[in-house]
Amino acid sequence: MTKYKQIRIVLNNCGVIDPENIEESIARDSYMALGKCITEMTPQDVIKEIKESGLRGRGGGGFPTGLKWEIASKNHADQKYVVCNADEGDPGAFMDRSVLEGDPHAVLEAMAICGYAIGATKGLIYIRAEYPMAIKRLKIAIDQALEYGLLGNNIFGSKFDFNIELRYGAGAFVCGEETSLIHSMEGLRGEPTIKPPFPAEKGYLGKPTNVNNVETFACVPIIIRKGASWFNKIGTEKSKGTKVFALAGKVNNVGLIEVPMGTTLREVIFEIGGGIQNGKKFKAVQTGGPSGGCLTEKHLDTPIDFDNLIAAGSMMGSGGMIVMDEDNCMVSVAKFYLDFTVEESCGKCSPCRIGNKRLYELLERITKGQGVMDDLQRLRNMSNVIKDTSLCGLGQTSPNPVLSTLDNFYDEYVAHIKDHKCPAGQCKDLMKYFIIAENCVGCTACARVCPVGAITGEKKEPHFINSEICIKCGACMERCKFDAIIIK
Amino acid sequence: MEKVKLSIDNKLVEVEKGTTIYKAAKQLGIDIPVLCYMNLEGLGIENKPGGCRICVVEVEGRRNLAPSCSTDCTEGMVVHTHTMRVINARRTVMEFILSDHPKDCLTCAKSGNCELQDMAVKLGIREIPGQEYAAMSTYKMDFSPSIIRDLDKCIMCRRCEMMCNEFQTVGALSAFNRGFQSAVGPAFEMDIEDSTCTYCGQCVAVCPTGALTEKDHTRDVINALSDPTKTVIVQTAPAVRAALGEEFGLKPGTLVTGKMVTALRRLGFNYVFDTDFAADLTIMEEGTELLGRLTKFLGGDKEVKLPILTSCCPAWVNFFEHNFPEMKDIPSTARSPQQMFGAIAKTYFADKIKVKREDLVVVSIMPCLAKKYEAQRDEFKVDGNPDVDFSLSTRELAHLIKQANLDLKTLPDEDFDKPLGESTGAAVIFGVTGGVIEAATRTAYELHTGKKLAKVEFEQLRGMEFIRKATIDFNGTPINIGIAHGLGNARKLLDEIKAGKSEFHAIEIMACPGGCIGGGGQPLHHSDSSILKARTKAIYAEDEGKVLRKSHENPYIIKLYEEFLGKPMSEKAHHLLHTHYFDKSGKIEIS
Ligand SMILES: Cc1cc2nc3c(=O)[nH]c(=O)nc-3n(C[C@H](O)[C@H](O)[C@H](O)COP(=O)(O)O)c2cc1C
Ligand code: SF4
Ligand code: SF4
Ligand code: SF4
Ligand code: SF4
Ligand code: SF4
Ligand code: FES
Repeated sequence: MTKYKQIRIVLNNCGVIDPENIEESIARDSYMALGKCITEMTPQDVIKEIKESGLRGRGGGGFPTGLKWEIASKNHADQKYVVCNADEGDPGAFMDRSVLEGDPHAVLEAMAICGYAIGATKGLIYIRAEYPMAIKRLKIAIDQALEYGLLGNNIFGSKFDFNIELRYGAGAFVCGEETSLIHSMEGLRGEPTIKPPFPAEKGYLGKPTNVNNVETFACVPIIIRKGASWFNKIGTEKSKGTKVFALAGKVNNVGLIEVPMGTTLREVIFEIGGGIQNGKKFKAVQTGGPSGGCLTEKHLDTPIDFDNLIAAGSMMGSGGMIVMDEDNCMVSVAKFYLDFTVEESCGKCSPCRIGNKRLYELLERITKGQGVMDDLQRLRNMSNVIKDTSLCGLGQTSPNPVLSTLDNFYDEYVAHIKDHKCPAGQCKDLMKYFIIAENCVGCTACARVCPVGAITGEKKEPHFINSEICIKCGACMERCKFDAIIIK
Repeated sequence: MEKVKLSIDNKLVEVEKGTTIYKAAKQLGIDIPVLCYMNLEGLGIENKPGGCRICVVEVEGRRNLAPSCSTDCTEGMVVHTHTMRVINARRTVMEFILSDHPKDCLTCAKSGNCELQDMAVKLGIREIPGQEYAAMSTYKMDFSPSIIRDLDKCIMCRRCEMMCNEFQTVGALSAFNRGFQSAVGPAFEMDIEDSTCTYCGQCVAVCPTGALTEKDHTRDVINALSDPTKTVIVQTAPAVRAALGEEFGLKPGTLVTGKMVTALRRLGFNYVFDTDFAADLTIMEEGTELLGRLTKFLGGDKEVKLPILTSCCPAWVNFFEHNFPEMKDIPSTARSPQQMFGAIAKTYFADKIKVKREDLVVVSIMPCLAKKYEAQRDEFKVDGNPDVDFSLSTRELAHLIKQANLDLKTLPDEDFDKPLGESTGAAVIFGVTGGVIEAATRTAYELHTGKKLAKVEFEQLRGMEFIRKATIDFNGTPINIGIAHGLGNARKLLDEIKAGKSEFHAIEIMACPGGCIGGGGQPLHHSDSSILKARTKAIYAEDEGKVLRKSHENPYIIKLYEEFLGKPMSEKAHHLLHTHYFDKSGKIEIS
């Protein structure tokens, strides 16, 4: 199955080595890159190499990593920090967890390399407390690395010291946003502050701080080992290397995949994912986590990279990818994601705190058949304003599911509003149970099973469902042996 | 200073690097609406969380709109402050805010003086689309002796939090809950009364909405004034006369002493007295206490507690009771002027007019919310009857005057009643930072040296700087004086004392910015610090206009000692005019 274009860079060691045994990591070249940096390269060389590799942040924003390191290196201070963002708050995402559990040394090594490059001696990993296995393995890895002199003082006999500590997050999604993360580590309320100042200027405890995502870090050692020119041959013009996705939803093969940037959505869904379950029709794919957009058929041949996804109305995010089929109602999908953002908004800025709630309320009305056509214009305007005015990335992207479904599935909204119908048959409030008189033999089985007595009819005569009383539990339909009961 | 050039609404402007778009626009006369942003210019009190997003503007080349209050100008920036995109965004955001806000303007204490209401008018909001089905975030009401919190009206501007945590370092307020249910209050949503709140009222002074207001006693006062069996007397604090006029459209800094007296008389108070009288009395007591400690100290007594700290600000008293209980024997034991007045009124004066304590109602008009709390402290009650029955803020007095259809502006000037209405210039300056210590210095100097001051003004004690230091030559003995306003600044001086590093003999502390003229009960300054400066000027002008300017020269004070108290710090004085402090450090209980 080699035609499935998976490459393992980030996941290279995952599942291959025993992550609790540093020797196995070392046998697969762990800490070679760090050694090379410290003994053969200047910090400027390291930054140059990372810049040339074209590596961009995998935490969502796609910011060029080398440039970020360069900025941090140029801000002088008595103390600087390297922070690894292992908050991984997207629902259903487990890319970072897999790396931390499967190959912790790659991240530790990369953080030390970053420390060497920017002039920091302290590293902090902000990890959610719900990842006990990852935490355990990181602790073991740190201890073993210290024991082997690969972390700690005078690494490789040089003057370079680097120590790493863990910090635990309570699982708030917004704490993955870097300023919020820093405040949380400082013991303050986990809410973002306006940038600038960027963490690279004023971060943890007011000191220059370089924040990178787990997966970003995991790319670093191999870039140093194999060289920027090896790495930057993989991928598209502006997005280099691979990306790990958590493929989920209605595809046959779900799970973690790692593909080169530039792979198309079609390849991912139909080749690697093995197509849609039960031979159903592909409807949409949601990328970018809770605030990504829903892409359709027409986007299937788009090569996946940071810029293409944004241009298509979605984003890379941290790599969530959820596939939907014809049974998914797109209004409900938008509502589902909004429910998440309403829960996770920190409450600091008014458009996100209140606006998202209003979006949710409106979507809910539409799924209940209470919407009016003007609502669609309101949804669009509110979404645009929330994006335009919110303080942090959460609110700046949270309306994406609404906008992308409005763009791509407008008719579905209209059907809910004008016809009071959910074309995908998902919105319970819009469904009605009917008995087809021709098929009904009057066996009374349905009437007997209905918990609310909504079904009436004489024995051996066609029965009738009073939709005013019906609670749409579906018990009658299940019971009918003559396919006389349908949902419309 | 490095400069940057930019264009705002097609006008070029050059500003210092680090200037925000909002400030640069202001220089050009372009008015960008702001809601959460607050700046008391020149005082270094600024709130810019960038939370409300009302101030957004379009910056060319930027994907999103930028909050002008918290975005710095950069070289070559091209800004548009009022495009249709911006106007639509502002209105939509305002509709969001209002959709989660009770429409209570009819009965809201802030109505007519509410920044949110004004913003709704400014942005032309006529309806809130979808209000019928919009959920609202709701919270329990919180009542305390000074402050009422109705967080349904909180818009998360965070101004109160900044005042309480950064300026006052009290830390009673912080954001709680997340998302739609967020609001600002004490941790664990406990009541303010169970927190470390000092009742300084600075949160109330900056809250743009009716979420934080004072406990209103105007109805109690109306009831007392309508009760024929009661004799109702009123005392007015120094800072009130320098600010009350603002509520009636007079220029900030207009003194309305005489008009205020007339208004109070017309409201029906039987005697209109002045807290300034009690301020003079405070100086007699506190000055004597200071001199006593100083004399012992200079005489080589190592036990004596120095520096002595003033005690006339009840928020400050609450602050050290909570935060520095181990130092509770350092502050002067003198009660605040409000309480000295109440104690004298309900003994000396009640006897004089032959009215029973229960039939005498003492009302105070204060720039202050902490005085409401102070008035109901148990130490200041006799058999459950408080020395001061009701403490009204300057704002509440303005309401009463308006309700009685009195036009303060056109009222004639009248004088306070005697005997408790006579005061000196020293008492007047109690209303500004540095004033108490200046008044004390005037008296202590003359009593200590036996010489007359050639010049009563001590310029070195004046100003708006948060922490000020001065050394006064007491006939060869240099006396080091410290002054702090704002409890955060007080904390710095207290930490020095605690560490044994304090160089001071006496320190004046006031909780509010600028002293009582910036008190939590004053007409709202709406972040205009020039108002505080104008009030300060007015206070010093009133002092200058007085014939008597030293407390010990007040003839009615002299008479009070002769007829009643004996001498300063006498046993009777101790009983009526001094107090003791409590250790409240363990007060916070988290259930
Ligand atoms: C609401 C929100 C949540 C975020 N959550 C995460 C996260 O869980 N993990 C992560 O690495 N970055 C997250 N980010 C992005 C970070 O702010 C930051 O850009 C990133 O950690 C930088 O690392 P990178 O340059 O390696 O991508 C989040 C951003 C926002 C706005
Ligand atoms: S956009 Fe949302 S999460 Fe971000 S600061 Fe505003 S309220 Fe908080
Ligand atoms: S806070 Fe302002 S807007 Fe709200 S009810 Fe009171 S006056 Fe009206
Ligand atoms: S009254 Fe003062 S101390 Fe109390 S909460 Fe308000 S600002 Fe804080
Ligand atoms: S209580 Fe008032 S000052 Fe405090 S955050 Fe709410 S609206 Fe702002
Ligand atoms: S400074 Fe004045 S107004 Fe403020 S709390 Fe103290 S006594 Fe009251
Ligand atoms: S005034 Fe600028 S964000 Fe509130």
